[in-house]
Amino acid sequence: MPSSIVEFRDVSKRFAGPDGEDVLAVNNMQLNIAEGVFFSILGPSGCGKTTTLRMIGGFESPTEGDVVIDGKLQGETPPNNRPVNTVFQNYALFPHMNVFDNVAFGLQMKKVAKDGIEPRVHEMLEMVKLPGMENRKPKQLSGGQQQRVALARALINLPKVLLLDEPLGALDPKLRKGMQFELKELQDRVGITFVYVTHDQEEALVMSDLIAVMNKGVLLQVGSPEEIYEHPRTRFVADFIGETNFLEGTIAEVSGKEIVVSLNDQTSVKATSDTSVKKGQAVSVAIRPEKMRMDGGDNGTVKGLVEETVYLGTEMRYIVLLPDETSVMVREQLITPERRRSYQAGDEVGLNWDPEHALVLTE
Amino acid sequence: MASKPRTKRERFTLGVLISPTLFWLSLFFIIPLFIIFVYSFLDRGTYGGIEWTFQFDNFVRFVDPLYLRIFGRSLMIAGVTTALCFVFGYPMAYWIATRSPRTRNAFMLLVMLPFFTNFVVRTYALRFILFREGVLNQVLFALGLANPEDPPSILFSQEAVVLGLVYAWIVGMVLPCYASLVGLDRSLVEAAQDLYANRARAFLRVTLPLTKAGIVAGTILVFIPSFGAFVTPDLLGGSKSDMIGNLIVQQFGMASDWPFGAAISAVLLVTMVIGTIFYFRSLRTDQAPGLG
Repeated sequence: MPSSIVEFRDVSKRFAGPDGEDVLAVNNMQLNIAEGVFFSILGPSGCGKTTTLRMIGGFESPTEGDVVIDGKLQGETPPNNRPVNTVFQNYALFPHMNVFDNVAFGLQMKKVAKDGIEPRVHEMLEMVKLPGMENRKPKQLSGGQQQRVALARALINLPKVLLLDEPLGALDPKLRKGMQFELKELQDRVGITFVYVTHDQEEALVMSDLIAVMNKGVLLQVGSPEEIYEHPRTRFVADFIGETNFLEGTIAEVSGKEIVVSLNDQTSVKATSDTSVKKGQAVSVAIRPEKMRMDGGDNGTVKGLVEETVYLGTEMRYIVLLPDETSVMVREQLITPERRRSYQAGDEVGLNWDPEHALVLTE
Repeated sequence: MASKPRTKRERFTLGVLISPTLFWLSLFFIIPLFIIFVYSFLDRGTYGGIEWTFQFDNFVRFVDPLYLRIFGRSLMIAGVTTALCFVFGYPMAYWIATRSPRTRNAFMLLVMLPFFTNFVVRTYALRFILFREGVLNQVLFALGLANPEDPPSILFSQEAVVLGLVYAWIVGMVLPCYASLVGLDRSLVEAAQDLYANRARAFLRVTLPLTKAGIVAGTILVFIPSFGAFVTPDLLGGSKSDMIGNLIVQQFGMASDWPFGAAISAVLLVTMVIGTIFYFRSLRTDQAPGLG
């Protein structure tokens, strides 16, 4: 296993809330970030992901526990003495300095000789595809260009870890997509560990080697994008990453990984579980919309009534109402045109899936 | 930027909207200013009043060591006052601006509170603090830091005038500095620290230059009223700390030499306008919006 560049040991962070109450922003977090990976921290706003990032950067210090960077306990080490650099949410470029001085700032503070700075700044601007922009002021640049300057300003210092706080948040969707690939490519090229904070699950899936999902200050799961998507451990993770249907029921039979769940309307469905479960336990069965198949009314484990059909060009999306009033979503890829609108609202349908695509979740 | 009014109707509306302001400014600012300039070229009447003879004697009279010394002293006192207001006012503004919003408002109210009291009354209060048996000396006697047999006093000196002016005008420095510090994006300071600047260097390279607009505005707001001060040197200063304001008042009052008083006023005004223009020129950056 590669060594950890960032480590959180039982880290908690408390803030005083607006009315003096205690807010637990990060709750007893254990985290290991291996050197050289693209690591994303994903979660809804207010989940503690930015606080986590700020504790690595040194802008906040943990109330309890320790942050270790590159084998060194950080304690109250101020940001200027940490081997990390940050790309801020709104770039935080110095408005009174031109692009050159912005990018050169870190090296100037480290007292690098003047003739050592200039070639590196040019090289950096070349790398982020902004050659010749040295004399522009930040406000003369577009959002995308400012973003690149912010990246150059941080990366020129060759930090052990680059922290990125929702850096693509302010860009328009098209530019965002392009920058996602560029960032990933840049990370591969420089080999620096990126810790990337985002609330956008698609962005995290596209770029990351590893994703950590957080909610309400708790680190729920760390894994590869595939693990997170295919094997979510909690209902929250399954719901937050992509779309998921949940069927509520209790465990009827357990034989190894194969589980039979009795749904609330007494229908039995087959499912799998990554964790051990007991007979009689109340659980949710999570099934992705694209893993569900629709068939005529009599051929299906679960029967339902088509409530709504949505044509989306590449796929059909059906909302199906189950007997217990749960509605589920089914997505069907439109590979051949004649499959289009094969079911209408009001049709009785049967739903099928492979047991390994139905995941039993206990939390 | 607002576009130029195009239609007749728009022009009419604009005219209606600005005419009260124009009327007010013409009546109470431009016309009196014009009268001052005209008077400054006239002669003094034998029993006060004015003689309508055009001449430059008033300005020539001003170029006299006696008056130039007062002019220079005014510049010096105003300069020292402005510097002291910055030295005390900027850190105060910085401290307040970095508190929580609720604390900030409370402290800004405290900063402005003295202004709810009459200026002359406040200046008299300073006399009570500073005179030989005043509050300040009583404290010093009690602490054994001064000898009651030979009490020190700075009242009726240039130092007392500077003290009074700093007390009177420091708000002019605190308010604009506070406004620009509160408006400063904290993440810029964090970015500087993230890029290896310690707190002092982050302050010098980021905070200070980015709040220059506030400092410039504060400097002007302190320097101009201090330079033309009249009440403060009159009440706190001695015979050797007269400022240009006192000189003007003397000409319009006891000396009954309105043309000479008008000429000194004109010199004061022109000095301040030219000085301000040069000051802005030398500091012109895009960080001083509307001031460049």
